[in-house]
Amino acid sequence: MSKLVISAIGPASSVQDGGRHGAQRYGLTPSGAMDRLALAAANCLVENAPFTAAIEIGPFGAAFTAREGAVRVALAGAPRNADVSRRAVTPDTSMTLADGETLTLGFARGGAFSYLAIEGGVAGEPMFGSLAVNARAGLGSPYPRPLQVGDELQTAAASGAVERRIDLPRLVEGPIRVAMGPQDDEFGEDATNLFLDSEWKISATSDRMGYRLEGPVIKHLHGHNIVSDGTVDGSIQVPGNGAPIVLMPDRGTSGGYPKIATVISADLGRFAQIPAGRGFRFRSVSMAEAQSEARKFAQLLRSLPDRVRPIEIFDLNIEALQDANVAGAAVSAIDAGTWQIPSADALAQD
Amino acid sequence: MAATLSPPRILPSGDSAITVEFSRNIDDAANQRVLALDRTLASEPVSGVTETVPTYRSLLVHYDPVQIDFDRLGEKLSALAQRPVPPTTKTRRWRIPVTYGGEHGIDLEDVAKRLKTTPEDIVARHIAGNYRVAMIGFTPGWSYLSGLEKSLHMPRRKDPRLLTPAGTISIGGVQTGVQCLAGPSGWHLLGRTAVRTYQLHRNPIFLLEPGDHVTFSTVDAKTFAEQDRAAEAGEIVADLIAS
Repeated sequence: MSKLVISAIGPASSVQDGGRHGAQRYGLTPSGAMDRLALAAANCLVENAPFTAAIEIGPFGAAFTAREGAVRVALAGAPRNADVSRRAVTPDTSMTLADGETLTLGFARGGAFSYLAIEGGVAGEPMFGSLAVNARAGLGSPYPRPLQVGDELQTAAASGAVERRIDLPRLVEGPIRVAMGPQDDEFGEDATNLFLDSEWKISATSDRMGYRLEGPVIKHLHGHNIVSDGTVDGSIQVPGNGAPIVLMPDRGTSGGYPKIATVISADLGRFAQIPAGRGFRFRSVSMAEAQSEARKFAQLLRSLPDRVRPIEIFDLNIEALQDANVAGAAVSAIDAGTWQIPSADALAQD
Repeated sequence: MAATLSPPRILPSGDSAITVEFSRNIDDAANQRVLALDRTLASEPVSGVTETVPTYRSLLVHYDPVQIDFDRLGEKLSALAQRPVPPTTKTRRWRIPVTYGGEHGIDLEDVAKRLKTTPEDIVARHIAGNYRVAMIGFTPGWSYLSGLEKSLHMPRRKDPRLLTPAGTISIGGVQTGVQCLAGPSGWHLLGRTAVRTYQLHRNPIFLLEPGDHVTFSTVDAKTFAEQDRAAEAGEIVADLIAS
């Protein structure tokens, strides 16, 4: 066994997988990755099953160090600067950290969550078939809480397999698609139009339970109390103050506010990746279109292994350049979002 | 054969779940139909259905849209929901020990004052009830019970408390409930039980099922403390008085 030690970590970072299903009838929410496609892509790169537990990394920087042996990992999701021993790491590739080597990640640029998959997965004790952290219910393994500096994840020793790259299709851009309901009849035409025609921003007080939206006030027709009913990932509930909340994987399993619409499942990951403060819009689609998109998304998830290929000579040339610390330092020097200022040592090597 | 029941409303909750709604209100007959449809789906599984979540007035049915589409599943659920509700054959009945008032039920005095009676009378009325688990939701093990006596119905607090203790027994609106984990609540806190409706390293992890019957008994604070230690060690503490 090797282990991956958390050398630096920000808030909103935890072990997540495909979630625990089947216990919502007892009030236990599924949890699981905010962006399932990115989780699956990272896992695919290190030949894990798509929803194997990985590290979900929030918008801030992080660093991970291999100990007691080499560890093979892969990073996908929100773009961010990444380097191993000051060699820049290309996104959507696998890499092997030698014993003692540290993978350092910068802030997320243009997204919120990244996934670091570990070859062989994270060792832990599954609860309801999942290692996913649900801090409120005290669930998750090996730590039932967000990760902290000094935490250690036991992993398999690196296989030494050829490193790989995944080519992901460009995601759909534009508005986040929603299917209206289940309680859209609690809102008048004006409120519905205002919801669909306005620009929204995600509040900085959002978390894995829900994304609070900033924008116009959405008024109810008959008040904001309904008898609690079940919720899903992407339920858009409107509480008394008229500011919608989009429920995320750590949501309560039931809720007592009217739900005007639901984010379609194919857009959940894309929605989760919208950074706080950036404007976006919703667009209503038919149930037929939502379900057709869900089937396409399932097909995309199934196709991931076919999108992986070994890193070729051309890529290696780029890596060689990075080894010489030409490309890596250049990236660091021009990007204000970088996490580490190159040290005097690194600059001296140029 | 008995006549079929009125059709429920089939509401979309996104592309992977359907809300089968029997009523907009808290309604015992509707809850019976929710639980009956839930049992039907457990005994006659519909291909593509992945999980069901009973609530007071509706059954949330999660499904895989790759296997079955909204229209087909909606029709199927509507037909199943219109079958006559079969009499429940097995009902479990639990007795849950509660220490009422004092530091464990900080709203008991206030509730008594508002209803112009004594705390002892409130406890007597609460204990006299035969309750049914209408739904479990919000947080793990939070069991919402129907069957609260009318005289105890009262609006929720204007200012919900951000933190209320694990094991709280409270009333809010027309409901009473057993709260398992510490957390926020806008209900009136009458007492506490040592019973864990959710405990990870115990078999069963979840004690109550939707549809179970529940009654309460009183214990003093000292007994509560003893039961709390036993419950922490994995004992169930509640009595299963019929099943």
